Amino acid sequence: MMSPLLRTLDRGAWIFLGVLGAIAVLVPFFNLVFPPDSALHVPTYLVALFGKYICYALLALSIDLIWGYVGILSLGHGAFFALGGYAMGMYLMRQIGTRGVYAHPELPDFMVFLNWPELPVFWYGFQHFPYALLMVVLVPGALAFVFGWFAFRSRVTGVYLSIITQALTYALLLGFFRNNFGFGGNNGLTDFKDILGFNVQAQGTRVALFMVSCVALIIGFLICRALVTSKFGKVLVAIRDAEARTRFLGYRAESYKLFVFTLSACMAGVAGALYVPQVGIINPSEFSPANSIEAVIWVAVGGRGTLTGAVIGAILVNYGKTTFTSGVLAPYWLFVLGGLFIAVTLLLPKGIVGTWQEWSERRRQRAAADNGSAAPAEPAPRPAE
Amino acid sequence: MCLLRACLVAMIFGLALAGPAAHAADLTEALARFTTDDFSDTDAGISEVAASGDPRSATIIEALQAGRLLFNAEQKKVFYTDASGKLIDAAIGQAVTGDRPADLEKVRLNNRLRRAIDAALGGLTLLAPDPARRYDAAQAVFKSREATALPLLDAALAKETDQRVKKALTEARAAVVLYADDASEADKVAAIAVLRARGGQETVAALSGLPVDAPAAVSGAAREAVTAMQSQLAAWTAVQNAWYGISLGSVLLLAAIGLAITFGVMGVINMAHGEMVMLGAYVTFAVQELIRQYNPGLFDYSLLIAVPLAFLVAGLVGILVEQGIIRFLYGRPLETLLATWGLSLVMQQAVRTAFGPTNKEVGNPSWMSGAFEIGQITITYNRLWIVCFTLAVFVALLGLLRFTRLGLEMRAVTQNRAMAASMGIRTSRVDALTFGLGSGIAGIAGVALSQIDNVSPNLGQGYIIDSFMVVVFGGVGNLWGTLVGAFTLGIANKFLEPYAGAVLAKIAILVLIILFIQKRPRGLFALKGRAVEA
Repeated sequence: MMSPLLRTLDRGAWIFLGVLGAIAVLVPFFNLVFPPDSALHVPTYLVALFGKYICYALLALSIDLIWGYVGILSLGHGAFFALGGYAMGMYLMRQIGTRGVYAHPELPDFMVFLNWPELPVFWYGFQHFPYALLMVVLVPGALAFVFGWFAFRSRVTGVYLSIITQALTYALLLGFFRNNFGFGGNNGLTDFKDILGFNVQAQGTRVALFMVSCVALIIGFLICRALVTSKFGKVLVAIRDAEARTRFLGYRAESYKLFVFTLSACMAGVAGALYVPQVGIINPSEFSPANSIEAVIWVAVGGRGTLTGAVIGAILVNYGKTTFTSGVLAPYWLFVLGGLFIAVTLLLPKGIVGTWQEWSERRRQRAAADNGSAAPAEPAPRPAE
Repeated sequence: MCLLRACLVAMIFGLALAGPAAHAADLTEALARFTTDDFSDTDAGISEVAASGDPRSATIIEALQAGRLLFNAEQKKVFYTDASGKLIDAAIGQAVTGDRPADLEKVRLNNRLRRAIDAALGGLTLLAPDPARRYDAAQAVFKSREATALPLLDAALAKETDQRVKKALTEARAAVVLYADDASEADKVAAIAVLRARGGQETVAALSGLPVDAPAAVSGAAREAVTAMQSQLAAWTAVQNAWYGISLGSVLLLAAIGLAITFGVMGVINMAHGEMVMLGAYVTFAVQELIRQYNPGLFDYSLLIAVPLAFLVAGLVGILVEQGIIRFLYGRPLETLLATWGLSLVMQQAVRTAFGPTNKEVGNPSWMSGAFEIGQITITYNRLWIVCFTLAVFVALLGLLRFTRLGLEMRAVTQNRAMAASMGIRTSRVDALTFGLGSGIAGIAGVALSQIDNVSPNLGQGYIIDSFMVVVFGGVGNLWGTLVGAFTLGIANKFLEPYAGAVLAKIAILVLIILFIQKRPRGLFALKGRAVEA
């Protein structure tokens, strides 16, 4: 069953998977095997930081799937990320049990503080890990399904769609800030203790979470890869490039879009769920429209319509952000980020990976022309608006 | 004359207060009460000073209210400091010469005493020469419902000539009568009729707070009046909400109208639009700073100077942005969106670096401060001016689109870019000017918003999503759509707020817009035809 999928992987994808797999193994290896005073030791905080990047990369992948291949620019994908994060956060809150400040056996601290008489219905079941995992996928997926069902059926496209996705995440932002929503209001969910019985702060747990994140990213990459190289994927690209024409050819564009949008939201939810135990907090600011737009720029930097590009872009931009915001240059980070938005759209519209692919393609063609062999190179599909 | 009147006040007030305190009409004796540092003595002192008939009573009690009344326990003397900080002996009313007496302590107050002070001052100023003060005094009596003020009210009513004050006095009297123990049932029913005519939240409170043992006729009349007034109040609340809605709508319109133009003509979503608004607000700040430094007399004209300046600054920045970034991205609206978002980050950070991250103080000119009342609602001048200003900008823009060559070209490009270009319209020039115009209007909006919002680098962020909602809701390519969209959203928001609270109302509006877009993907007033499908 795997072999047809693996056959779709080209050289770049194999290299990418190899590097990702190596990182997934080597970072924990250098963290666990070498003692803290060794030069080769990777500190645990770095493991958590890399884990965060990997989660962002999964989010970027989910955005690239819909933006790069179907042309849906969602400015609200952070909402699905945050919803997945909240689902995981709710599980982690329930695991605190009586170790909270108020030591209430059932209610999380903030509910005791706000005088909630009992656990609200939507918190039921979150003490069970499998149920929480289900919700991590189901809640963002369901929201995306309902939202997409309305939006795609009435053919809301282009900037209109972008703006209402932004409105969606903004509405959720306002809602989650409220204390009476039952998600901790302003402060969100934090102060986690255990995940599946292991201490969230412990070195071993961090390493395990990092490896799980890498595995999730690899699986996400393979799913996207399988999707976009299949016939189904060709239809998606056709919808991206000429939606009306595809519809006239007899494809139900809205169903295709709805499926991919929902799948993408589920991926974003998983990314959020892995993100929360590694950073130790989830609060409403994750819903802010600015976060979602920032995630879009990761994809643009890496190269939209190239799955590897999304991952590379997310990691590069976030690495840059960490470096910048932790030094004296912190006040200038917004200049860099803003400049990145402008520069990438103006000068590098295909992103790093897209530009490199185009360049190597041209070199191969030239080499082929030099050799006199008239192998007509297949033009790579270009992302269009 | 003034003195005579003051004496008269005091005499009447002195007569009004029955009981032993009223006879201690000697100011010195009354003042001695303040020197014991005991709250109930101070209370007695307040009534005695008020009853003393001394022309300085009001000054002394005002000093007490402001915490400027000092006493010396040993010598049993009381002093107050006047506005210039001079120490004055309260008993003789002359400035203390020579050394400042030692061991001066402030007369302490508690909330009960503050109420007593308000009541006493209300009574003392009922006959003040200034009608505005008399009016305020009548309102104070209305609130305190102090039975002792009744004779004074009658006296004041007898000689009152100002209609407004007379009405307020009558109403205050009715409120006092209603709560007076010795008033007859008929008087109370008559008082209720007067109060019913007054209306308002306070009156409802006064009527609902009647003691349980009130006679049946009185409580019945009061209940009836309250029911009648509450429906009246509901009507006024609706008017008030409508006004708030119009006010919010005009702010939204002002913020969105520039966006509507650029989006309509160029199909470009300018995420940096909010930052153009912010630029306008900072221009206002800069203008006011310069005026404060060089010519404070011009302060009232600062906004008039800032409006054209903000238009120019934001408009020029807009043209630069169009030439530098946006014209390379035509036909790629989603990437324009990203690039302008980046621009907005850069502009925010630039302003933060230049002016600092804190809120800047932008003052209201005198003609924009204050408020007036219509019926039961209060309208502040700055909100009123902003509504007028918005409508003026709207009309000017409509005129520009309708009657100028640029407007004609803009409309042509909006309807069909290719055809307009074939007709010899230089579309790239129209684009640049349109973007400049849209940005300039955003700058003007910033001048207005600086009057009601915090001027900080984040000013624009607060409006950008709302402006998008207005444009998307109203539809593209038609300013009337933006107008209807802005006022619909503003009014709907304000009418939802009392039921759902501010945040839920906003969420509800967002969800409603998301649903509305499903029904009409191109907004309320969509351009029809093939060109818009492109």
